[in-house]
Amino acid sequence: MKNVKTAALAAMSLVCMSGLAQAQRTADQMVMAVGAPITSLDPHYHQLSPNNAVSDAIFDKLVNTDAKARQIPGLALSWTAVAPTVWEFKLRPNVTFQNGNAFAAEDVVFTIERLPNVPNSPSSYAAYARPIVRMEIVDPLTIRFHTREPYPLLPLDMTNVRILDKETAEGASTEDFNALKVAIGTGPYRPTAYRNGDRIEFTRNPTYWGPRPDFDRVTYRMITNDASRLASLLSGDVDSIDQVPTTDVARLRADPRVQLAEIVGLRLIFLGLDRLRGANENSPFITDNEGKPLGRNPLSDLRVRRALSMAIDRQAIVDRVMEGAATPAGQFLPPGTYSHVPDVTATAYDPDGAKRLLAEAGYPNGFRIQLNGPNDRYINDSRVIQAIGQMWTRVGIRTAVEAQTWATFVGRAARSEYSAFLIGWGSNPDGSHPLRNILATVSREQGRGASNRGSYSNPQVDSLLDQALAELDEAKREQLEIQAQRIAAEDVAVIPLHIQTNIWATRQGYLHEPRADELTRPQDVHRTPAR
Amino acid sequence: MTLYLIRRLFQALLVMLAMSLIVFIGVYGIGDPVEILISPDADQAERTRAIAALGLDLPLWRQYGVFLLRALQGDLGRSFVYNEPALQLIMQRMPATLELAIGATVMAIVIGLPLGLYAGLKPESIGGKTIMAGSILGFSLPSFWVGLMLIMVFAVQLGWLPSTGRGTTVEILGGRWSFLTHDGLAHIIMPAMNLALFKISLVIRLTRAGVREAMLMDYVKFARAKGLTNARVIFVHVFKNILIPVVTVTGLEFGSTIAFSVVTESIFAWPGMGKLIIDSINVLDRPVIVAYLMMIVFMFIIINLVVDLTYTVLDPRVRLESKAT
Repeated sequence: MKNVKTAALAAMSLVCMSGLAQAQRTADQMVMAVGAPITSLDPHYHQLSPNNAVSDAIFDKLVNTDAKARQIPGLALSWTAVAPTVWEFKLRPNVTFQNGNAFAAEDVVFTIERLPNVPNSPSSYAAYARPIVRMEIVDPLTIRFHTREPYPLLPLDMTNVRILDKETAEGASTEDFNALKVAIGTGPYRPTAYRNGDRIEFTRNPTYWGPRPDFDRVTYRMITNDASRLASLLSGDVDSIDQVPTTDVARLRADPRVQLAEIVGLRLIFLGLDRLRGANENSPFITDNEGKPLGRNPLSDLRVRRALSMAIDRQAIVDRVMEGAATPAGQFLPPGTYSHVPDVTATAYDPDGAKRLLAEAGYPNGFRIQLNGPNDRYINDSRVIQAIGQMWTRVGIRTAVEAQTWATFVGRAARSEYSAFLIGWGSNPDGSHPLRNILATVSREQGRGASNRGSYSNPQVDSLLDQALAELDEAKREQLEIQAQRIAAEDVAVIPLHIQTNIWATRQGYLHEPRADELTRPQDVHRTPAR
Repeated sequence: MTLYLIRRLFQALLVMLAMSLIVFIGVYGIGDPVEILISPDADQAERTRAIAALGLDLPLWRQYGVFLLRALQGDLGRSFVYNEPALQLIMQRMPATLELAIGATVMAIVIGLPLGLYAGLKPESIGGKTIMAGSILGFSLPSFWVGLMLIMVFAVQLGWLPSTGRGTTVEILGGRWSFLTHDGLAHIIMPAMNLALFKISLVIRLTRAGVREAMLMDYVKFARAKGLTNARVIFVHVFKNILIPVVTVTGLEFGSTIAFSVVTESIFAWPGMGKLIIDSINVLDRPVIVAYLMMIVFMFIIINLVVDLTYTVLDPRVRLESKAT
């Protein structure tokens, strides 16, 4: 009997406690949860989307980007190329750092100089400093970047560089940032606590130059398990989450407690094809129907590549596997983005046409291939390659599917060990970005094709890219990039599948402004009048 | 005794050395950390720089040599991901895991022992049978499922307990502990229960089996014949004899709770060591994996030692020297 009483008391006190926990969160406070862990508060230590999102709360860039990834003035009001190799940036006046120091051109110089000098960085921001040979402070609010060659991408690069306060951050290490000693920027929020792998606490920056954020205090939690993150939202412990699992989207749309925010992203999921092996070489995972070496690489034949693309029912993948959270695509950039190719659309599903093309290319009975891919990297990645395996088999290409963990997969893909593989690419909103990294001929000296894991090479694409990268006229450059991308698309350099949709979910009364670049930033959560 | 301890510590060192070598080769075999950590749009020059920055440009045997030299000076390397000393990173996360493991073990003993005792003394009663049936559930339900169900029922449906995460912490002895605050306790109940479920069942079964066996022993009959009270027979004579297997298993279970509470920590977003190791494995953060596993090996050896020492207290017939040979 006594035990029963104790249990009842315990249960009651629990109710009270949780009641308390709810009440403690006042209207000016917001809790959000993200699915990917943040590895550092140093904005120049690890080039990684989750880190960039947090850095965006604390720091500003010369050029900011809006929700659709278009360039907007940040700490710079305007920028122009005053000479072929000179960019001039006019800086925003009357901006102060969170510690009261004034922002000026020397802070920009300090920041650019720091980029290549962050010790132990596993992925640095040094590439953004490399084109700059000299910086010239014209006056405290005007800075000129001198480049070795004409460099049209400088403003785009500047959307990735978060500006530090020289006085505070001089000589500071990554640990000093993590300890919050020098994590001071000009952004809307100031971090007040950082617990590695757990949470970051933010307080509103009262002197922020931009629009006032909706909340005085924000708790930024890392909940990597999808189901737990969603449960935290449904239980009211957090107000906003990112990376909503596609399997729950349909149910959440009907849930009155929850509001979804969606936007077409910039991440294309595509199939890379082995082009390292020439027309008369064997590709590692392609054999004839008896399992014997083919003696040639069918992927070097345009008709085969077209057939492989036509055999894929992209709409079915989007509807069934992705539950609608993607758009079929025929190129890297979504419509409405700079250098999107207007007349290239997703290849139409045409299994009969695919069979005809295969017969024409000398494979009336198809061949055998293994399709590889990761199983823990992109949304539903392993299920997508399973679906494609079935579709290819239907047109006569007997396909085996192997999905591996990203840690194993990516190394082998980089060594060109696969014949066909699924991979994704999150683009900067500029055609030169996928062109330079994926479609250009691999060249160490030029820093091109670093992610061109199928070793695609097309001199026409390369020469158009050369021209584009030297063209300072934005309209002309766009046409050159469109042309290069069109040629690559007609040549089926890669097989584009779909562009992912980015989804956030909030409790009723909150709204998350969705971003194409996938960043989950505290300043994008707003309060809305409850329904 | 001293010789015995020295021997055990020497064994520990050897096992740790072997472990570090295996992990080094294993991680090397899985993949390339730089490919995972680096931004996809990094060019070849940046990749070369990153490989050199992480010390991965050396041949594997030299990397291992560098690691051993530093390890002798007490430095187990810096995390590739966090740029902090691996050991420090693990130590920061340790309090969270320790309090979870201790909470679960306490629950296992406090709930498991009395229930097991009851089921052992009255095996045919309805209560006894219910307890045994319940323990089967505790064994067989997968912990990720139980964890999610706990969250769905107590956090989402009833709203009694916070769903995930760790509560308010206070700093004591250089670590952050949450079990001393109200909020912290409310957060720890569900994950600790989730971890404890299996252990409770284990303790129930061990206790029950032990009690049933002991009750038939001659010394129990003699104690009865001597006219001792039932309580004294059970709690002094029977209990002491059944504790040895329970202590052994609880000790080892405690170790594995600390080392491998990965599932529970992931589901409850508990910022402990299990979460750290699984994140580190995903990105092949070798220094953290090596340091973590070496520490776990060391811990298991210590726990085994403590268990052995406890035997001698519980059962004077056990002699350590004889075991050491």
